[in-house]
Amino acid sequence: MKESDQTIIKIHDLHKRFDQTEVLKGIDLDVHQGEVIVIIGPSGCGKSTLLRCLNGLEPINSGTIELNGQIITDPGTDWSQVRQKIGMVFQNYELFPHLNVLDNILLGPTKVQGRQRSEAKAEAESWLDRVELLNKADSYPRQLSGGQKQRVAIVRALCMSPEVMLFDEVTASLDPEMVREVLDVMLSLAKGGLTMLIVTHEMAFARAVADQVIFMDRGLVVEANEPEAFFSNPETERARRFLNIFQFEGVHKVQESL
Amino acid sequence: MLDSAISIFTAGRNMARLGEGLWITLKISLSSVGLSVLLGIPAGLLMSSKSRFWRAVLRFYLEFIRIMPILVLLFLLYYSLSSVFNINLPATFVSILVFTLWGTAEMADLVRGAVTSLPKHQWESGRALGLKETQLNLYVIVPQAVRRLLPGVINLTTRMIKTTPFVFFINIPDLVKVAQQIVEVAGLRNNLASVWVYGFIFLIYFAICYPISLYSNYLEKAWQT
Repeated sequence: MKESDQTIIKIHDLHKRFDQTEVLKGIDLDVHQGEVIVIIGPSGCGKSTLLRCLNGLEPINSGTIELNGQIITDPGTDWSQVRQKIGMVFQNYELFPHLNVLDNILLGPTKVQGRQRSEAKAEAESWLDRVELLNKADSYPRQLSGGQKQRVAIVRALCMSPEVMLFDEVTASLDPEMVREVLDVMLSLAKGGLTMLIVTHEMAFARAVADQVIFMDRGLVVEANEPEAFFSNPETERARRFLNIFQFEGVHKVQESL
Repeated sequence: MLDSAISIFTAGRNMARLGEGLWITLKISLSSVGLSVLLGIPAGLLMSSKSRFWRAVLRFYLEFIRIMPILVLLFLLYYSLSSVFNINLPATFVSILVFTLWGTAEMADLVRGAVTSLPKHQWESGRALGLKETQLNLYVIVPQAVRRLLPGVINLTTRMIKTTPFVFFINIPDLVKVAQQIVEVAGLRNNLASVWVYGFIFLIYFAICYPISLYSNYLEKAWQT
C-alpha cells in the first residue's frame, strides 16, 4: 500500500557459486521504493549470500543487479558509491571497538561523504535519541549490550542516508529479551517508509513488517507472496513444511507420520 | 674501593666519552626503530593484502633478513661495498640502514600478524559504510592493529637497542666500545675496573629500556577495548 511503482533494485537471473557449489541459481527480484521485503528460508538457502551480493561483499558469477536503472554488477562499479545508497547491518555486532558510539556513527558521513562533523553529529544524535541511546553517545562498544550495539549499528548505517537498507539476521545472535528492542526499531523504520530487505528467522515479526515475503530454498525463490497469504496458506509444499517447523515444533514427529 | 671506582669515571674525559658513546647508541637505535615502524606498517599491510606479487616479494625479503646475520649485513655494506665497488658509505649511515632493514622486516611481520588476527567483519562493516580501502586501513584496521602490535613492537625496540653494540665491528665508538676502551686503560691499575664500567653500562641500558617497557604497560591499559 505504501510502496510506489518506482523500482530501486532490480535483480535478474543472479547466479553465485562458492567453488563447485552453486548457492544462488538464478534469482529474480524487484524492490520498489518504500517496500519492505522479508526473505526467509532454511539455513544455507542462499538468503544471506543474496544480500551480500547486493552491496558487493560477494562477487557474482552471472546475471545483473540494477540500482535505480544502473547496472552495478559490471567490473568498473564504484562500490563505495553504491554502498552509500545500500546500507547494511550484519548479524554480529560489528561496531568498531576502538571508537565510541558517536565516532562509530560519524566515520562514514565525515570520511566517505565529506560532511561537516557538527552537522552530521546533530543528525546522529537525533537518530540516537529515536532509538533511546542518546545517553550512550560517548560509550565504547564494549560497554553496551548486544541489543544496544545492534541499534547503534542500524543508526550508523542510516546516517549515510541510504535508499535501501539490508538487514542480515540482525537479531540472530541476541538474547531473546534484546531481540524485541531491535525489531521495534526496524518496525518504526518500516512505518517511516524506508525501503528494506530483511533476512530473519523471526516469523511473527516478518508477518508484521513485510509487504512481501520471499521464501527461498536451495538457491531459488520458491514462493513470493503477501505476508498474510504466505503465513496462513502457503502455496508450496516446501514453504508449508518450513513454516511447520516454527508452528508445531513440539509435535513435529506426529506431523511427519501423518 | 668506591673511591677507586669513581676515579675510573672521573679520569680524563671518560665521562664525556661515555656520554658521546651513549649518544651514538641512541642515535642509531632510535633512528632505526623509528624508520622501521614507519616503513614496517605499509609493508605489513601489503603482506596481508590480496596482492600475490607483494606478498611473495615481502616474504622473500623477510626470510632473507631473518637468515642473514646482522653482522654479515654490516660487513657487506661497509667493507665489501668499499673494497669491490669503491663505494664508501659512512659507518653510521650503514648501521642505521642495516638495522632499519632488519627492523622493517620484523615490524612488517608483526603488522601482518596483528592485521590477520582482526575479525573479518571489521573489513566488511567498514566496506558496507562505503569506506575506500585506504580509508578502511587508516581509520579502522591500523588503529586496531596498533593496539595488538604494542607488545611485539616494544620487544623489537628493546632487541634493536640491545643489538646496536654490533656497530663496534665497523669502528663506531658506541657506548660498549667506549666502555671497553676505558676498561683496557683503567684495568691496568684497578682489576675491578671491568666490573664497575660494564656494571655502569648495564645500568644505562636498563635506564633506557625499562621506561619503554613501563610506557607500553601504561598504553596497554589505556587502550584496553
